Amino acid sequence: MSVALDTSRTEETAVVRRWKNPIIYAVLAALSFFLIGLNAPDKTVVFRLSDGLKNFSIPDLSLNAGVYGWISVVAMVAIAAFAFITMNKGREIPRGLQGLFWFFFITGMLVWVIGAARSSELSLVTLLTGALTLSIPMIFGSFGGLLCERSGIVNIAIEAQLLLGAFTAALAASMTGSPWVGLLAAMIGGVLVSLILAVFAIKYLVDQTIVGVVVNVLVAGLTGFLYSRVLQADPAHLNSAPKLPTFEIPVLSQIPVIGPVLFNQSVLVYIMYITVALIWFALNKTRWGLRTRAVGEHPKAADTLGINVNRLRFTNVLLAGVVAGMGGAFFTLVSVSSFNANMTAGQGYIALAALIFGRWKPFGALFASLLFGFTLQLNFVLSLLGTSVPTELLAMLPYLVTIFAVAGLVGVSRGPAASGKPYIKG
Amino acid sequence: MKLELREVTKRFGDFTANDSIDLVVRPGTVHCLLGENGAGKSTLMNVIYGLYQPTEGQIFVDDQPVKFNGPSDAMAAGIGMVHQHFMLVPVFTVAENIALGSEKTSGGVLNLEETRVKIREISDRYGFHVDPDAVVEDLPVGVQQRVEIIKALVRDAEVLILDEPTAVLTPAETDQLLGIMDQLRKDGKSLLFISHKLREVRQISDDITVIRRGRVVGSADPSASTNELASLMVGKAVQLTVDKDEPRLNSNAFEVENLSLVASNGVHLLKNVSFTVNGGEILAVAGVQGNGQTELAESIIGLHPKATGSMRLNGEELLGRSTKQVLHSGVGFVPEDRSKDGLVGSFSIAENLILDLFDTKSFASGGSLKRAAISANADRAGSEFDIRMGSQEDAASTLSGGNQQKIVVARELSRDLKLFVASQPTRGVDVGSIEFIHKRIVAERDKGVPVLIVSTELDEIYALADRIAVFFHGELMGIASKDTPRSVLGQMMAGASYEEAVANQHEDPEVLLAKQDAAEGVVSEQHAQSIIESSSAQTATDQASTSYRGSVAAAQDLPWADNTDASKGEKA
Amino acid sequence: MSAEKPKAVKPAATAAPANPQMGEHAKPSLATRLAGGGFGLSLGALIAALFLGGLLIAATDPATQKAAGYFFARPTDTLSAAWKAAAGAYKAMFEGAIFNPKGKTFADQIRPLTETLTVATPLILAGLAVALPFRAGLFNIGAQGQIILGALVSGYVGFAYNLPLALHLVLVIIGGIIGGAIWGGLVGLLKAKTGAHEVILSIMLNYIAANLILLLLKTPTFQREGSSNPISPILPDSALLPRIFPGSDLNFRLHWGFVLAIIAVIFASWLIERSTIGFRLRAVGANPNAARTAGINVANGYIIVMAIAGALAGLAGVAQVAGTEKTLTTGIAASFGFDAITVALLGRAKPWGTFFAALLYGAFRAGGVMMQATTGTNIDIVAVVQALIVLFIAAPPLVRTIFRLPDPANPRKKKASKNNSLQGAQ
Repeated sequence: MSVALDTSRTEETAVVRRWKNPIIYAVLAALSFFLIGLNAPDKTVVFRLSDGLKNFSIPDLSLNAGVYGWISVVAMVAIAAFAFITMNKGREIPRGLQGLFWFFFITGMLVWVIGAARSSELSLVTLLTGALTLSIPMIFGSFGGLLCERSGIVNIAIEAQLLLGAFTAALAASMTGSPWVGLLAAMIGGVLVSLILAVFAIKYLVDQTIVGVVVNVLVAGLTGFLYSRVLQADPAHLNSAPKLPTFEIPVLSQIPVIGPVLFNQSVLVYIMYITVALIWFALNKTRWGLRTRAVGEHPKAADTLGINVNRLRFTNVLLAGVVAGMGGAFFTLVSVSSFNANMTAGQGYIALAALIFGRWKPFGALFASLLFGFTLQLNFVLSLLGTSVPTELLAMLPYLVTIFAVAGLVGVSRGPAASGKPYIKG
Repeated sequence: MKLELREVTKRFGDFTANDSIDLVVRPGTVHCLLGENGAGKSTLMNVIYGLYQPTEGQIFVDDQPVKFNGPSDAMAAGIGMVHQHFMLVPVFTVAENIALGSEKTSGGVLNLEETRVKIREISDRYGFHVDPDAVVEDLPVGVQQRVEIIKALVRDAEVLILDEPTAVLTPAETDQLLGIMDQLRKDGKSLLFISHKLREVRQISDDITVIRRGRVVGSADPSASTNELASLMVGKAVQLTVDKDEPRLNSNAFEVENLSLVASNGVHLLKNVSFTVNGGEILAVAGVQGNGQTELAESIIGLHPKATGSMRLNGEELLGRSTKQVLHSGVGFVPEDRSKDGLVGSFSIAENLILDLFDTKSFASGGSLKRAAISANADRAGSEFDIRMGSQEDAASTLSGGNQQKIVVARELSRDLKLFVASQPTRGVDVGSIEFIHKRIVAERDKGVPVLIVSTELDEIYALADRIAVFFHGELMGIASKDTPRSVLGQMMAGASYEEAVANQHEDPEVLLAKQDAAEGVVSEQHAQSIIESSSAQTATDQASTSYRGSVAAAQDLPWADNTDASKGEKA
Repeated sequence: MSAEKPKAVKPAATAAPANPQMGEHAKPSLATRLAGGGFGLSLGALIAALFLGGLLIAATDPATQKAAGYFFARPTDTLSAAWKAAAGAYKAMFEGAIFNPKGKTFADQIRPLTETLTVATPLILAGLAVALPFRAGLFNIGAQGQIILGALVSGYVGFAYNLPLALHLVLVIIGGIIGGAIWGGLVGLLKAKTGAHEVILSIMLNYIAANLILLLLKTPTFQREGSSNPISPILPDSALLPRIFPGSDLNFRLHWGFVLAIIAVIFASWLIERSTIGFRLRAVGANPNAARTAGINVANGYIIVMAIAGALAGLAGVAQVAGTEKTLTTGIAASFGFDAITVALLGRAKPWGTFFAALLYGAFRAGGVMMQATTGTNIDIVAVVQALIVLFIAAPPLVRTIFRLPDPANPRKKKASKNNSLQGAQ
């Protein structure tokens, strides 16, 4: 008899073909064909690699923009074609090939824009160091967002956390003369914002997005007001913060290219390394992490196992304030040494974008932030080199990329299931 | 361990969900809490499990008074719960789900090894076949339920509460679960089993407590007849069958041909489904929840644009049309979940009564709503369908389930229909409304309209059907006549074709399953034996047993009770 | 739930499931929560916010700080200084917003009121752009970008063409509407087609719009001849919204945009409360599943409401470029798009509520300028007060506790539009 004993009986499934990726590849390959192939500048792009090395030097990397452009185009076209063939057979495109496609697309575009600039020689170390530095607030910000969202609270207030962190850091460091006190104050500033978010979102069950947006308005107004009324009254004592020290890690900093980039940095960068590693580890390997993820996915299940959902969420939102607050310290203790109204200029929102683009995962958020930081730095570098590409176009890039990401054109972004939904017992 | 409730009362505002409940679960027994949907069973369970605090009364564990401030207190006291809606994090592995809340760490690092060992131990002992490293969302429902049971057992639960555990299971899975429960009982655990399905209750229980409207209305012995239990449960004997004549078929027809629907992960939600509903008859679709019936109904109404095949209403193709076009071509639709799909809770009753008619000529002109017409319509529908409301401006969500359902039915039946499709038309509805709604459905059939009813309640199927279609894993297993015996339908609902089911007719499926289980060592010999014995003894009454609220009839009055002649079945 | 109503049927079979399961279905949507609550609540929130703002002004006032130095010797000094600072600031704000008794002529005296209406004009329109999507369950924080796009198109039509008087203005207005509608509709389209979250989309589109106007104002097509700043040519008279009180001696800036705004409010009110489109949008907002099952195209609903919202915001852009500013600058949208969020929230997402909220915030803005000029109190305090008002309104229990207002969660009669049970029996 054929009565199934278990629903686990293997069901035959239909072949599902997803044409999204092949089509995107084809479109981008076609675009590249015209841009970096046919319109390639006939110039040699030189990347200097030796900067920051003391005892030895390595030769520069020279690429002919036209040649490299065509190599990239051919590779991209080939991968796109291959993608169509495999998908037609109902198979997924290998991940390695997907990565390779994006590598050629990004490097091809990079060589092309630099080749199009008036001067085509630049230091890779400077480019990458700048990119890393500019990513710092976004990395801290997106990790602050991560802590909230993985436990089910949407954090639109990253911008406010950064801004208040920057403000309190500048004030405290200026008053005490110690950047370390400033850093601590930045964390407190971030936590204050978190406290508002947590009280309204968790205790009063106000829509989390609305609270976030309104808190951003509040903090922008508050810091702007206090800046002009308090800091401006006595800038010498209240708004001239000492910077956090920079130091070089011996040996490691002498690795070509990546040494000077990664290991000759402000102390905040090293703190960032530790924070990233710690959060990744804690989220995936510890009891707190398991519970946090459970509360973000299925709070009721966690509740029935005796986990206090709202308390854990509250704690995590406050922790997020600590982390994002440190990102705020970047503005007044690393980048410049004084506060200015609205100096975060929307980076909190880019951090949010990075979190989403990074699919709510620690390393995803890290790399997305680095990518966005890279576009910011490229913007600076290109305007120095004198390029014909309008910098505004490049500035739009993170936002465009994020729209593509949330629209599901670049992978599928699946956030924590319970994110944004208040948990009401019972 | 003994669990006792003394005069436990739970109120929400003015409403008393549990009124002075007394209950004793003896060690090593299965105690069944029997009651209709909405009788207050789930609330009581949540009180025992510490999710709610009792307003009055006291809970005792081994004669010691206890107070639970949360589930962790209940768990610490040895009470475990298998929730009706599984409390499992879909993206976690089995081990992660089970460890959650009582995780072991070594040096701050999560250590799941011990949990895995325990899972394997329990899994082997009870024959669960659960892989600790499988991701929960990839597991079938029956296995997920076992994960829930393991979760309780890992926490050394001595009292196990099972809240409507069979609602989502196939008959075969249900029997497996009952076997597991028997084994747990033999291990000395106390089980509190909540159900409204009489057959299961009689099969497994040692004690039965019946509650109605939040009160204990009596206790019964498992040997009590289904009729006795059912009348205790609903309070009064209610006529199960709706008076209806033989169908007078006409030439109108709704023809479905090779209807298929594939989910984004490649699973077939519907696979080559073909059938015809003639004008003037009711085709009732039976099956365990989640076997494609929902998708069938939604596909008809145009909610699944990716469906393929053909659906013709009086020769006109419906597939490929938008929901609005389908509705406008004369299809009436009652969705299975009224609060999710049927009503806008915050809208007024009057607005809900025109939810899919608001832009027709009767209720709008020049882009503006005609308020007077909308109000008049609400008055008319209110009196015609006996919707008990304060004011038609009240939010629909303030009404009782039965009245909410009447709004949906009234709205759909208030225009001239060419096809009527209703999913779970009486789910969560009080007895009076069930009768009313059933009568209206039959009246629509008698007007000559083809009617398609989807229900997971076999009794509703038997009450309404002229023919019965059975679904399993998205496939139509066959179409049976309305007097097909329950056991045949049961086999079809578990994946047997009509012919197979009929061929196995004289071998009761339970007997077969029990034998098979015993052979596999899933359940003990004795248990299998007991099923085999009780099964044959029970067959007659079982077929008459009611598993749905408010529906009782003397077994001997039912047309199919003694009619087990398979040759009467028809095959579409 | 139903127990209080006399005609409610016996609750036995129904009320029980209503309680344990209320979490999911009974959770009022954003729209219904916003629509609830009373005038008393709004007034309470306003007073509390003004009080806190006053405290902030006093605390940062040098005279008050000085007096606080000897607080324990003479506490009244501190209090009177604080009162002077706060009251002075608010008095200046009033004089800048409503009526200035120091004016020489009556026109001078009521000029502040016309200023308030001028500032309120884009706030009304942009506020509607946030309020309408709320009713359809969408949170449009993209009004800023939509204003910019509206201003861009209408400004371009204004300065680039020379057309007959009436026709030109009509085209300027239509251009603005189309520009905004496209930008808003894009959000609706992406949300409908890909399921991307509208908040993220509109944040990103805001930044893209901001970069876009910067980019365009540097191109010869848009940039004013001979100017090195990103500013467009001045719009010719034929493209301008005429002043309502044209006398040159009056010098009232108030233009016909305000009348347009009132018409828009009337239109929006009809649209959402009385029209079939509004019925559809409200159904989509309150229960998209039921709407879909009832044959309402939810995806189209999102696109329509966002396009209408964009059109309204675009109209705000028209009011700015063709009414108040007369030229296109990068700051053309000021912060109206963000203020619009607080306006819509204060107005409880109802068209006339939004109208009055916009008048209030317009008064804050207009008065803030005077306050900053005469008392040195930074205008950013206005943002603080605005944000506080919204926070207080968003958390009714908080305001109710402060002012001992009755709790509307236990009303005698439940109206269809209100369902405030969120803080209820749980």
